Amino acid sequence: MTFLSDSALERLRLAADTPETAGTRYSITREIGRGGMGTVYEAHDSVLQRPVALKVLTLGEGDPAAADRMLKEARTMAGLEHPGLVPVHDAGTLPDGRVYYAMKLVRGEPLSSWAAGQPMAERLRAFQKVCEAAAFAHSCGVVHRDLKPGNVMIGSFGEVLVLDWGISRRREDPAEPDGVVVGTRTFMAPEQAAGRTDLVTERTDVYSLGAILDFLLGDGQPRAAKAIASVAARAMSAEPADRYPGAGELAADVGRFLDGGVPASYRETLLERAGRFAGRHRTAIWLVAAYLAVRVLLLLFFRP
Amino acid sequence: MPSMRDETGIGGSRGRFPTTSLSAIGAVGSRDPGERDRGFAAVVQAYWKPVYKYVRLKWGLDNEGAKDATQGFFARAFEKGWLASYEPAKGSFRTFLRVCLEGFLANERKAAARLKRTPGEPLVSLNFESAEAELVGRCSLEGRSPDDFFREEFARALFSSAVEELHRELSARGSELAYQAFERYDLDPDPENPPSYASLARALGSTESRVTNALQTARREFRRIVLENLRSLTRDDSEFREEARRLLGKPSP
Repeated sequence: MTFLSDSALERLRLAADTPETAGTRYSITREIGRGGMGTVYEAHDSVLQRPVALKVLTLGEGDPAAADRMLKEARTMAGLEHPGLVPVHDAGTLPDGRVYYAMKLVRGEPLSSWAAGQPMAERLRAFQKVCEAAAFAHSCGVVHRDLKPGNVMIGSFGEVLVLDWGISRRREDPAEPDGVVVGTRTFMAPEQAAGRTDLVTERTDVYSLGAILDFLLGDGQPRAAKAIASVAARAMSAEPADRYPGAGELAADVGRFLDGGVPASYRETLLERAGRFAGRHRTAIWLVAAYLAVRVLLLLFFRP
Repeated sequence: MPSMRDETGIGGSRGRFPTTSLSAIGAVGSRDPGERDRGFAAVVQAYWKPVYKYVRLKWGLDNEGAKDATQGFFARAFEKGWLASYEPAKGSFRTFLRVCLEGFLANERKAAARLKRTPGEPLVSLNFESAEAELVGRCSLEGRSPDDFFREEFARALFSSAVEELHRELSARGSELAYQAFERYDLDPDPENPPSYASLARALGSTESRVTNALQTARREFRRIVLENLRSLTRDDSEFREEARRLLGKPSP
């Protein structure tokens, strides 16, 4: 039997696993990442002379159901035209029989690592864009079901893109049997984790968005961040009815905080309200205080 | 125990299972003795080298001891029907086999008995010299976990057997060019001067487009053989997909 050295084994793995693109407009440049169903490669589109990302069904996923899921993902993404969603260019079957789709190659950094070096306001603005993309998908009847920092990419020019719609669910999709758990546990709503597929709605994504917000807030926030933490807490309510009704409302509440207001989810104490009032009207308060001080001095030194 | 001299001889034929029928793993639990023997032979063919190397490097047995242990393990597994008790829900067959092997070796050691060859004629005829030659210069698991080591050796045996099969199939079809292109480009390229399609075409006395097509054909056939053989060595679709991901993708760090 032929003995294969480690390097020969590696080359054969690559030869067997690399998608066959001969005769197509694409040539593989490198592997970018692997998911549950497919592998994403950077490829070159020889017709349009540009780099693209090619998602190809993983070798071994030979059953038609997997191919259908991949095509469904491509069609779902193609139907969602929004600046926060990756455009799909093309889909089909490679000469080796594997289903693929081509999409815009996103260069950037996942939210999970990008957030560490950013000020809070920047993180919250990026989060608002994630909410807006999710809200748009919801308005088209699509629930993502796997929103997490690793599935959000921050592009080189600050653009925010929501990726990996592989397990998304469209309103018109046939009901799934209960007990099916898909997604990532850490960012998953209780009804999704319990396999209650009948209860999965837009509010399920709202929970995941709340978990992303919680991740972005990090630990050890100053007292002022209590208000924004309450936004994450409301989004992550155990009962779907207690959460924000949609991702848009969640984004709006974050916006109120960024504008110096109070999120609807937060009940201020009198002291906090006074402090916030003082912060917002600092100049006027100083002017009034100065005026009063002068009046007091005048009364003291020029008493009739 | 079936006679496996022909089935497991190096380069010999092996019981291939069509993708739609019972896999070798399913067959080892069959009530039909013929089917069971064929399934067992296919398992031995795929796993004897990983088992031998594992025994040599993980358990530190010498050459003779490892030979006896390998043959003894498969003989005992067949007699006791261990492999038929595999349950896919608990993990891959590969891991199950390794755990069975660990149990067997621990029991043998505990009994303070030298790992003896099963009395009488050797039941499984295996070319241990080739396996020993592959261990030259290796004396440990090289920092890998036992499971990782066993997986890599299983992948090596699977790919190695697929290369042999590819050579036979392409030769039988008169596609020598395809195998030669595969051999020079993927299997054994000159590390100092890896070939380009153009240089490969010159070396093989053909055109670049013919060589490129031939290489694609060989790769497609190689992929098909690997996947067919892997499917026959897994119990169900779920295990097959998981194993394909683990064995064909980039090895886990």
